Amino acid sequence: MAASLDIAGIRKVFGKGDKAVEILKKIDIEVAPGEFLILVGPSGCGKSTLLNIIAGLEEPTEGELKIAGKNVIGMAPAQRDIAMVFQSYALYPTMSVADNIGFALEMRKVPLDVRQKRIKEVAAMLQIEHLLDRRPAQLSGGQRQRVAMGRALARDPQLFLFDEPLSNLDAKLRVEMRAEIKRLHLVSGITTVYVTHDQIEAMTLGSRIAVMKDGILQQIGTPDEIYRRPANTYVAGFIGSPTMNFISGSASGTGATSQFAFEGGVLQLPCPVPGAVTLGQRPEHIHLSDDAAWRGEVTLVEPTGADTYVVVKTGVGLVTVRTPPSTVVKVGDHVGMTVSANHNNWFDTQTGLRLG
Amino acid sequence: MNAKNLSRLAVYTVLGIAAFFFLAPMYVMLATSFKDAEQIRSGNLLSLPTSLNFESWQLAWSTACTGVDCRGLKPYFMNSVLMAVPAVLISTAWGALNGYVLSMWKFRGSDLLFGFILFGVFMPFQVVLLPMSQVLGFMGLSSSIAGLVLVHSLAGMAGTTLFFRNYYTAIPRELVQAARMDGAGFWRIFYRIVIPMSTPILMVTLIWQFTNIWNDFLFGVAFSGADSKPITVGLNNMANTTSSVKSYNVDMAAAIIAGLPTMLVYVLAGQYFVKGLTAGAVKG
Repeated sequence: MAASLDIAGIRKVFGKGDKAVEILKKIDIEVAPGEFLILVGPSGCGKSTLLNIIAGLEEPTEGELKIAGKNVIGMAPAQRDIAMVFQSYALYPTMSVADNIGFALEMRKVPLDVRQKRIKEVAAMLQIEHLLDRRPAQLSGGQRQRVAMGRALARDPQLFLFDEPLSNLDAKLRVEMRAEIKRLHLVSGITTVYVTHDQIEAMTLGSRIAVMKDGILQQIGTPDEIYRRPANTYVAGFIGSPTMNFISGSASGTGATSQFAFEGGVLQLPCPVPGAVTLGQRPEHIHLSDDAAWRGEVTLVEPTGADTYVVVKTGVGLVTVRTPPSTVVKVGDHVGMTVSANHNNWFDTQTGLRLG
Repeated sequence: MNAKNLSRLAVYTVLGIAAFFFLAPMYVMLATSFKDAEQIRSGNLLSLPTSLNFESWQLAWSTACTGVDCRGLKPYFMNSVLMAVPAVLISTAWGALNGYVLSMWKFRGSDLLFGFILFGVFMPFQVVLLPMSQVLGFMGLSSSIAGLVLVHSLAGMAGTTLFFRNYYTAIPRELVQAARMDGAGFWRIFYRIVIPMSTPILMVTLIWQFTNIWNDFLFGVAFSGADSKPITVGLNNMANTTSSVKSYNVDMAAAIIAGLPTMLVYVLAGQYFVKGLTAGAVKG
């Protein structure tokens, strides 16, 4: 059963008087039933605090929180019908895998035979049937992760919360478990809130992404919106790898005839406003071209297999360009770069906010 | 002989001397307890007994005299059992609960409260003798085994709280949070999640408390009556009872009897000392 989640005007202040720290500054998010919402941001941005508030492990200083339209502020975590997967998995070390998965059902006084049936179903779903008699200490990292998810799934909750669940896994397992989480969400259809600081996880898993910084919601939107139309330079720089290039300069006018001038180059681009602006351009939207006027010196070549990233030193700093792996450049080469009139992100140099 | 062997030899020599230092008195006590009076008078302290003579053990246990009372150590031993077992269990359970609250259910001022409880660990017990005897008087527990149980439970609580609180601080908070979300409450989390993880510290505390309470002399001398003296006091009185001939063999046997239970507890529970049961709770 999928439930909606309404977060309205949530503030959280730790400490009192002069020492008060505002961790969350009025957060508003509406999550539709069945949605997969990602909370992403750097350490200390308040995303984990927000998750704990949803879980009921912490109370907000002010604001409203509704699950399936019902106010849950002041309600104990157990009564909110939420399941959570913790970063450390938090498996009960003295219980078997089966008891770990069945613990929440046992606490809810589900009869033993129903419980065992449910444990078997969940174990089958996660392919951990052969591990049911083991203790958490006897499991590998990936298996523990599966058990932690099984524990959350067993109860069929209204809401799933994930707190950086993949950060303790190695790179290969992480990709595997990421796909697994996505599959489980498709199968169960349960509304999910997922905290991460990994922008690849955010992009691949989320139906919508909420980018946070310093307790403020910077932008919320689909992965595509966040990637293609970032609301400010912070979001633009946080999402996408390698990070977006920022070129500050000045626009001579607006529209198709305007020119964007900066140290070391002039580009014929349709600027939204005249004056001091910053152009944000992703590495894949800059191209190497031998006869281009804007030039620089190659300082680094990073082949990743599928693409090769070329870092060019220019008058406005280092610019990263994504090129096909067939590109032949070496460090020290002087290259020219072109920027197409599409896929330009313009920001106010002063405020960092998106223009146009 | 090379340098490595030489240093190894030095290590073993030092260890051997240390072991000898502790084992020699033990040996003398055991050997003496099996000798008869004749052999003690004539022989050397370190010589082996010529025959295994259990008579002095029997005397010490059931017929040796303290003053005019000739019932041996048995009644005192029983008093000690009746005092130590409940006192150990109560102080350990109390400490576990305190530690659980002070580490996982912190409240405003809980750290300050813990600081106050810590005072109890460092407080010399002589300070509480007089007020405690007043309190026991008010409660009608003077000179009773129940009174001694109360005193030992209170005196041990500070130490056991410290043990458990520090052990539980290392348990990840997320375990408690997960259990709360799963629907377990305060007590359920305590006995289903936390207590099963506590075996090592439980054993440490049980051994520590049992050794302290069993070996206590101060409270035993101060708060016991004629019928509630623990074994330490009984042993002292027996050894100090003057008669024409000093029966060293009986005194030695009595001393070993008095010390046996703590050794037994250590042997039985000591193996759990080192087992860390939290392994696997968190990432690995």
